[in-house]
Amino acid sequence: MSTIYILWLRQLKRYFRSKARIVGSLGQPLLFLLALGFGFGPIYQKAGGGNFIEFLTPGVIAMGIIFTAVFSGIEIIWDKQFGFLKETLVAPVSRINIMIGRTLGGATVATLQGIIVAILSFFIGFRLEHPASLLFALVMMFMIAMIFTALGTAIASVLEDMQGFQLIMNFLVMPLFFLSGALFPLDNLPKSITIIARLDPLSYGVDGLRGILIGQSHFGLWTDFAVMGAILVILLGIGSYLFSRIEI
Amino acid sequence: MKNETEKIITVHGVTKKFGDFVAVDDVSFDVKRGEIFAFLGPNGAGKTTTIKMLTTLSQPTSGEITIDGKDVAKEKNEARKAFGIVFQDPSLDDELTAYENLHFHAVLYKVPKKTRDERIEELMRLVELWDRKDSLVKEFSGGMKRRLEIARGLIHHPKILFLDEPTIGLDPQTRNYLWKYVQELNEKEGITIFLTTHYMEEAEKVAQRIAIIDHGKIITMGTAQELKEQTKTNSLEDAFLALTGKQIREQEGSGKDTMRMARRMWGRR
Repeated sequence: MSTIYILWLRQLKRYFRSKARIVGSLGQPLLFLLALGFGFGPIYQKAGGGNFIEFLTPGVIAMGIIFTAVFSGIEIIWDKQFGFLKETLVAPVSRINIMIGRTLGGATVATLQGIIVAILSFFIGFRLEHPASLLFALVMMFMIAMIFTALGTAIASVLEDMQGFQLIMNFLVMPLFFLSGALFPLDNLPKSITIIARLDPLSYGVDGLRGILIGQSHFGLWTDFAVMGAILVILLGIGSYLFSRIEI
Repeated sequence: MKNETEKIITVHGVTKKFGDFVAVDDVSFDVKRGEIFAFLGPNGAGKTTTIKMLTTLSQPTSGEITIDGKDVAKEKNEARKAFGIVFQDPSLDDELTAYENLHFHAVLYKVPKKTRDERIEELMRLVELWDRKDSLVKEFSGGMKRRLEIARGLIHHPKILFLDEPTIGLDPQTRNYLWKYVQELNEKEGITIFLTTHYMEEAEKVAQRIAIIDHGKIITMGTAQELKEQTKTNSLEDAFLALTGKQIREQEGSGKDTMRMARRMWGRR
């Protein structure tokens, strides 16, 4: 337990100390909210979709979460190459606990980032029907964060250096985000996009958040939670396995 | 039986292969309890690979290693408790304070809460960093980081201290201080020291026994005096060159080296 706690605490300390990173990683979601939210808002309204900012906000919250989460996981590469990981790996503790502590820490940080995006969205005009649903939303946000931190950890366990980072961002994380229904409704799409969106785990995360926050859900909340739960278990398994095999 | 417990590290027929490349080739040696043992060799000879296997970071392809009587492959965590290590590359978290780095270590090694703070203070005073305990490590010089790493390696009262090129990039003052301190530790607390270095005069000064490894094999072992007699040379450096040749070794540049370079260039993250 103490191992998990101290690794979790380390992630949090690092997060709160890098103010530049906190602010920097808010830029992108904020830009999406402003440009897409206000840019497409009128058309969306005219097409009968309702308030686009309301629709978009859960997707952008998810965006803030996944980028921070994947990055937290990928950070292992730095730790791996520059020694700090060695310090944890020679310690008389199980690697699974190290992996769990790190993942919980990274996920907590990513969730906080999501909360900040949510707060900012209120200033842009996002409104909740039931403020209490925010607590429920936190559960889904944390699940998304865990999944993507574990994904980052799994990837970082296999990669040798940061050179593959751009590749992962552009060919995995970006597509997962853009094809998830974070930015557009999943109804009446071309068949190929519908299939891809159904295979994208983030679709269920975004859909769950949207269902909780604004009461619009494509798959249904139960499906969302079930799918996210299953993916979380699988990714934690894969992540732990790959992490335990790291040799430096 | 007594003879067995006198050996704190035993290595029997250890081989490590990376694909076709044999990094360490059927190596066997022992380190006695309370000894200062130097493990020397040119770049790429297999030193760091051997240290990684001794410290459970890497698994031998074949062979057996025991640390303080524990089989490294089977009783990993028991073996890990027995040693502290100062790595070749800095391994502190730059974004944490000096105190937090040591505290992190103490928690991982399950140093009891009651004695934890006391022990950290004691060691930080010993390496003269107590007045900087709340500074972030990224503000430290190379020498201060090294001292902090040594303090960290000692928190859990290890029986063996591994030092992998601990003086690389340090000024003569710090190097002197460091070796003096290491010798004191060895004398007063009886900690076994296992070290690697490229500075032959350092090895000659502090090590009681020296092993020289090249191309993955141990070519000779003995006191500095014995090595000099064996090669009919006047210094350990000459003996080393006589044994390993004067050819400069190529070490394959890996992603790791590129990252190390980047880290040096950017200084801090």
